[in-house]
Amino acid sequence: MKLYWKYAAILLKSQMQYKASFFMTAAGQFLVSFSALLGVSFLFDRFHTVDGFTFSEVLICFSIVLAAFSLSECFARGFDAFPRLIQSGKLDQILTRPRGVVFQVLTSNMDFTRLGRLAQSILVLCYAVPHSGIDWTAEKILCACLMLIGGAAVFSSLFVLYAGFSFFTIEGLEFMNIFTDGMREFGAYPLSVYGGGVLKFFTFVIPVALFQYYPLLYLTGKSQERGFLFLPLLAFVFFLPCYAFFRFGLHHYQSTGS
Amino acid sequence: MRQYGSFFRIRFLAGLQYRAAAWAGVSTQFAWGGLTLLLYAAFHRSGSANFPMTFSQLSSYIWLQQALLALFMSWYFDNEILESVSTGGVAYELCRPCDLYAMWFVKNLAVRLSRTSLRCAPILLVASFLPAPFRLSAPAGWEAALLFPISLALGLLVIVSFSMLIYISSFYTISTLGIRLLSSSVVEFFSGAVIPLPFFPEQLQAVINVLPFASIQSTPFLIYTGHLAGRQALQSVAVQLLWLAGLLVLGRALMGRALKKVVVQGG
Repeated sequence: MKLYWKYAAILLKSQMQYKASFFMTAAGQFLVSFSALLGVSFLFDRFHTVDGFTFSEVLICFSIVLAAFSLSECFARGFDAFPRLIQSGKLDQILTRPRGVVFQVLTSNMDFTRLGRLAQSILVLCYAVPHSGIDWTAEKILCACLMLIGGAAVFSSLFVLYAGFSFFTIEGLEFMNIFTDGMREFGAYPLSVYGGGVLKFFTFVIPVALFQYYPLLYLTGKSQERGFLFLPLLAFVFFLPCYAFFRFGLHHYQSTGS
Repeated sequence: MRQYGSFFRIRFLAGLQYRAAAWAGVSTQFAWGGLTLLLYAAFHRSGSANFPMTFSQLSSYIWLQQALLALFMSWYFDNEILESVSTGGVAYELCRPCDLYAMWFVKNLAVRLSRTSLRCAPILLVASFLPAPFRLSAPAGWEAALLFPISLALGLLVIVSFSMLIYISSFYTISTLGIRLLSSSVVEFFSGAVIPLPFFPEQLQAVINVLPFASIQSTPFLIYTGHLAGRQALQSVAVQLLWLAGLLVLGRALMGRALKKVVVQGG
């Protein structure tokens, strides 16, 4: 763990070498997701509610998903950029070192400019929390925190899965965008708005709804089910099959040589 | 003229090589379009009176947008061109007996067209066989069918001539990453890629419709669906023409200025 923070500090320092460029890119990240926020607010300006959810309730959902996504994009960036590790042959280097593969991939790359997005989601959350009319008891605060942690876990697992696929195909990876970038965009709304089939898919196959939809129901008082509070923890289980697939790919990995 | 034809052909054929990527792209865009429509269906349920167009018009809009995504992608920039400026390779290009602006323009055009030609057919085909409100319908009338291809071509030329401005800016800055991020999100938002322009608040409509970004994908798609018809449609096409002319003149002037000042170091 100590080593991990050391790596993180080194990466942060190296990215800070070009300060102007760092902050420009972070500001860019901030603005890029700003357009998604404007889109949501324009639609609510016109329609006021969707599927029984108000604007500020959706904003809570939007900001937690965005925060979870940017956290995992920052810290699990190594897996997001994994195809490049394979292409450049760096993976071979990693395999020869006496440390865990996951640890080394994680520490190979962290992109702190992604925290520009995190800053935005925190701002949105600051706006939405008092406007949502939710009575913020300790339990509800815990619920929001668990949503965030569970979300970061699911997105990170998706990046691991993505890395696993990159052992088999480099070109066909674009479909994974539905689950990563797609969930960042579409996850802005509670998943029930897309209908029962989509909700089931994102409950049982890719457990996005476990940290997004069900806890949100509890948070906004639409459901009194206390069990929903702990569903985000269940989302951690999703890491296991993703990791297993990654190991499977690694097992079949043949270096490209040279 | 022939030289530009071969630049076009080389880029076009290179683009056609990425077939597996195209299939992955098709399925992604299909899911993306489907989820978008389901989202709007939920909004439609909560307030159909506030819908600025009919739902089937929206469906056509979304499917056209997904099928022609590669034609209007705001985030695409040719790395070779950007690198040629930062590494000085552009010096070789300047020695050639052809116009740099036209060459870059043609290359960009070719990449967009080849990617689109690989991807659009399956999406358009499947989307037109979907159940009723969700499917891609035929153009709104013979007028729309006639005007749509013209407007589509103009939209493509507008986005390419806009991205030329970003390429030219690379003569002045070391890294264009920031400006590219910024411009692509502005273009995306105001061209109606995030939400269609008719869904913007009424007060903003008048301003947005005369910005160059509306001339990119919004105008052709709205003509196809019949949201813009008659005189309005012709007016929008005229706006497209104006912006195209303006961006071309501006791009050429800026390029001329940049090339006059450019100093390539080393040998």
